[in-house]
Formats: sequence, C-alpha cells, structure tokens
Amino acid sequence: MDRNSIIQDLKPIFRDVLDLEDLNLVAESNATNVDGWDSLAHVNLVVAIEKHYRIKFALGELQGLKKVGEMADLIAKKLAKA
Amino acid sequence: MTGIRALQLEQVLRSRKRLRRELLENKALRPVRIAVLGGTTTNEVVDLLELLLLSDGFAPTFYQSEYNRFYEDATLDVATIAEFKPDLVYVHTHFVNVSRLPSPDFSESELEARVADEHARFKQIWESIHTTVQCQIVQNNFEHPPFATMGNLDVAAPGGHTRFVLELNRAFARSASADRRLLIQDVSSIAAGIGLSRWFDWERWYSYKILTTPEGSYALADSLASLVGAILGRSKKCLILDLDNTLWGGVIGDDGVDKLHIGKETALAEAYTAFQQYCLSLRARGVLLAVCSKNDHAIATTGFEHPDSVLKMEHFSAFKANWNPKHENIRQIAEELSLGIDSFVFVDDNPAERAIVQGQLPMVVVPDVGSDVARYAGIIQAGRYFEMATVSKEDLGRAEAYAANAARTAVQAKFENYGDYLDSLQMTAEIGAFKPVYLERITQLINKTNQFNLTTRRYTFAEIEQIANDPSYVSIYGRLTDTFGDNGLISVIIGHHVGDAIEIDLWIMSCRVLKRDMELAMLDMFVEGARSAGASVLRGRYIRTPKNGMVAEHYQTLGFEPDPPSTDPDQSSWKLVLSTYERRNRHIKVL
Repeated sequence: MDRNSIIQDLKPIFRDVLDLEDLNLVAESNATNVDGWDSLAHVNLVVAIEKHYRIKFALGELQGLKKVGEMADLIAKKLAKA
Repeated sequence: MTGIRALQLEQVLRSRKRLRRELLENKALRPVRIAVLGGTTTNEVVDLLELLLLSDGFAPTFYQSEYNRFYEDATLDVATIAEFKPDLVYVHTHFVNVSRLPSPDFSESELEARVADEHARFKQIWESIHTTVQCQIVQNNFEHPPFATMGNLDVAAPGGHTRFVLELNRAFARSASADRRLLIQDVSSIAAGIGLSRWFDWERWYSYKILTTPEGSYALADSLASLVGAILGRSKKCLILDLDNTLWGGVIGDDGVDKLHIGKETALAEAYTAFQQYCLSLRARGVLLAVCSKNDHAIATTGFEHPDSVLKMEHFSAFKANWNPKHENIRQIAEELSLGIDSFVFVDDNPAERAIVQGQLPMVVVPDVGSDVARYAGIIQAGRYFEMATVSKEDLGRAEAYAANAARTAVQAKFENYGDYLDSLQMTAEIGAFKPVYLERITQLINKTNQFNLTTRRYTFAEIEQIANDPSYVSIYGRLTDTFGDNGLISVIIGHHVGDAIEIDLWIMSCRVLKRDMELAMLDMFVEGARSAGASVLRGRYIRTPKNGMVAEHYQTLGFEPDPPSTDPDQSSWKLVLSTYERRNRHIKVL
C-alpha cells in the first residue's frame, strides 16, 4: 500500500477516535494542527491503528514521527514485511 | 441490556468518545464517585470503566492520582481525596509497584518479613483512607510476575517472586476477610484468564506507563464495573433456565424422561450434569433459580425425578412449564418473586427464544450461550452477573426464604379474614437501634431494595457505621420471624433531627414481608425513638423512581398529612404529629 491510500485508511480511524466527524487528514497533519490529538488520544490512536492493520509498533518506532505522512510510511513498511 | 459488552473491544476503543456521548444522553443515570489511585497510568482503564458503568446505568465521576502517586496520595495528601467525596476508592497497583522483592537466597523467615513489610505499606494506605475518607476501598491483588527467573522453583523457593506474590495476595485476602470496608479485586485470576503473555504490554509500559494490553485494561474495567454494581446493589438475583437441551440433553416431551442425557453414562450426559451442578452452586451462594420452558408442566417436573438429576423441584423458586410466550412467563416470575425484571439472567439453548425474550424484555440479561452445554457455565461466569461484595448469612439463606414464602401464600388461601391469617403466622419482630453486628446487612439491604423504598437513597458501609454512632440520627432496623422461619433483617428506617422534627431520610422494607403489617410495627418503634429523642413531629418524603410505585401512597396510608399539599406525582412531603399518635401494630409481637 502506498502513503496516500494509507492516509485514506487512517482518516476514518482518526475521525472515530477523536470523535471529529469532518476531520480532514493529510500527510502534514500532526498533533499541533489536529484538535484533541493529545497524549491520551495518541495512545488510543496507536491501539486503533494496530488493531486495524493487525500490526504492532516496536518500542521507539513511533518516537520522533510527528506527521501523519511519516506514520503512513512506517505502516506501509511494516505491512510490506508482514 | 448488554450495551457496551455486546461490542468487540476494537470497536469500543475506536468509538469510545462517540459511545460515551450517546450513553450520556440517558438521563436516568445514578451518580457514583470513584477515586482511582494508580501505580501505573490508569486513564485507559478509567475510560473503559466509565463506558461500562454508563452502560450499566451509572454516571461516574472520577478522581485520578498522578502516575504512581498512589501511596503518597493515600497517606500524605489524603485530604484531597476526602474533598472529592468518593463513594469508593480504587487502589490500582501491579507487580511493578511492589517496593522490595525478595532475593534468591532468602530464607522462609526473611520471606515472611518481606511480605509483612509490603503488606504493612498497603495497610497504611487502607488505614489512612478509612480514617480520613471513610468509604469503601477496592484494592486489587497482584498478577503473577512476568519473569519467573527461577523457573518452576520460583513458586516454592522463599526467594522466588512468584512465591512472594502468592504470599502477599494471601495477606491481602486475610485483611479483606477481616474488614468489610476492604474489597479485593482478583487481578491474579483476571490476568491468568487472559494469560500473562497477553497481559503485560512492555512497549506501552515503557512508552506510556500503561502496563497491560488493551485486552488486559478492558478485563480490569469489566471486573471493576461488576464489583461497583455489586457494591451498589445492581447484581442480578435470579437465573431463569430453559429445560430441554439446556438443563438436560433431549426433549422430554418427545423422548421421555428415560431417554434424557443426564448422569455419567455419556460425555453429553456428564456435561449436562456438570451444568446442573454449576447452577446448584450458584443457588448455594444465594442466586435464585427458576424454570421457564415450553413444556407440559406435569411432564417437565418428571425430569427432576430422574435419579441422576442434580437439581430437584425444591431448588426452584419459580417454575413455569407451559405453552405461553417466555417473556410473559418471565414477567409472572418477577411478580411471584417480587423482583424487578432487571434482576434476571435468562439461559436458553434456542437462539429464537433468546431473541424474543431480549426483544420483549430488554432489561433481562440474555447471554448468547450458544447450544453447547460444555460452554454454558463459562459463558455465564464470564458475564459476572451475580458478583457479590460480601457473603452474608441472609444471602446464603435467600433461596430458602423464598421457598418458605411460597408456603405462606398457600396457607393464606385458607383464611377468611386477613387479620386471622396474620395472627396465625405468630410473627415476632426484633426492632431496635443499629447494632454493629447488623451494619453489613443493613448496608446491603439499603443498596438492593428498589420497590419498597421511599427515597431510594443509597449508603456505603462507612456511612451506615457513622450514622449508627451519631446521636443526631434516629435509626432502626427490624427483623421478622414467623411460623415458617426467620425472614432475617428486612426493614430499615433512618432519620435525623431538624429542629423539633425527625426527617425520615430512608424507609425501606424487603418485599419478602409485604402485607404483614411490619411497616406499622416499624412506625410504632420509630415514633417511640423520635419521642425519646425529644421530637414532636415526623417528616417524610416520597421520591418516585421507575420501581417504587408500590409505596406512592405509603405516608397517606399511615395517616401522615401532606406538607405542603402538592399534586406532583414524582415527589411529595408529609408530616405526622406525634402528640396524638397511638400504636398501630396489632399482629406482630415486638421484642
């Protein structure tokens, strides 16, 4: 899967977890420009993404990844390996 | 109403905010305040607990300690918790919060000392909460350690961490058994049920200080929600069972009693026998059993004459074997047993029957037990419907008490005059001020009585203890014995001084003793208590709930005057002048 189709996948997940019906998620989206994406919401987002793709992020993998685009790249990499 | 529990965990976690928003639209929620003192980050458990409690009809408000501040919050900053006024404090700790573990070279006595040290640290926490906050405490015990470095020896050697956890859990259990204000949440069993490899989540531990997997957090929240329900009197009271292919294999009307699968002869027969044994063990701890089956009554009863049937007719508090729709039978069972429709769990192997009952009576819990008898008990148990906060003699004798009640109804039919009937029961009541030995039962009765309950106020054990010792309160309990047996402690009135009046905060009675004039005997004694406390007036209130319609006319019937007069059907205030009051009870001898 490529970055853009993963971001399209992530959009409903973010909308559900953050309870924001019309959230528009793009590669540049990050915790500072998305409402409600705080550290608690982050835990919930990670769980929801892991459950959706049946993957598990290793310790530190998500550290330093601030933008949705970077997360999508990591997911793509993990899916390719699976 | 299965609510949240019917959803997959993935869906619950993902849609938590929306689910929460929707559940909050229900206005008839009962508030409950919970302080959570955690050794790890507790937000996930608390978020899930909130959803489950909302789904169970509670509106929880939480206080959460900062990460790993459980000890400091409970001992040094306990005033902040007291200010929050919690109904219960949940001390949530894990193996990682144990302060000092044994070393591999420990002797038995060194282990004992180390366990005592750790136990003492927790006793300090509980004592501090008891003294300053005065509410129910739930403390979890510990899961097995993640790494049994000594292998199998870890469970036996005095230096083994597994051995240490077992000893510490035993010490916690002894503390709880000696003190009703402390309840243990059995995390050891919860983690074992999930499996340690799926319990601990080390990535989340290092990243967010959440120790458990989402599955683990959900299991913690689920068990805690059941415990909260039990503390506040929302546990289920009666298990209603279908017969054919539920309690025995085969169809009794077609196959005949001789062909039923029950006993030890075949694998299938053995599984049905085991399920009957499970039901009987629920009865032994106070859960009522009832039958609701599409069958001919006479034929159905022969099934329990089968020599291998563990269950006998006498074990059922209600028995409906007929061709009426099951939801109608369940309504009748509710009436016969004087229980609310929300007190029932219905088990039937037939998915169509389950669907009809669930559709017609959404308040009845209808677990999807499937049709494989080997799994029924596990599925019912996993639902935690019959969770209990304490084991009291009244609970254990409940099934017998209901059986005696049925006998009373039979006798009643023979009398022309109701007073004659009451006299024939040779009732004696013990009525008096609260005593330490009864406080636990009083608390329990207050929290599970919904019908004969004027105000539906709930009290914790600690509050009742306080009221018992506070001279500004006039509070009495009543026990009733008759020719059929001891009904136990079945009524409570709590009032407090306001000027020259006593205001009745709570008046409850068990439906077991309805129409026995026990309320008159209670009023006589309460008036006496109020007079000797120097009061000249009693004031009472009725606050309507969906369940207490039966006492809407209570004060009027007893001769109270409306004060002020009102036409509001939802609540009313009443008063009774004591100077002209004369004893009302004629049929009960009061000791």
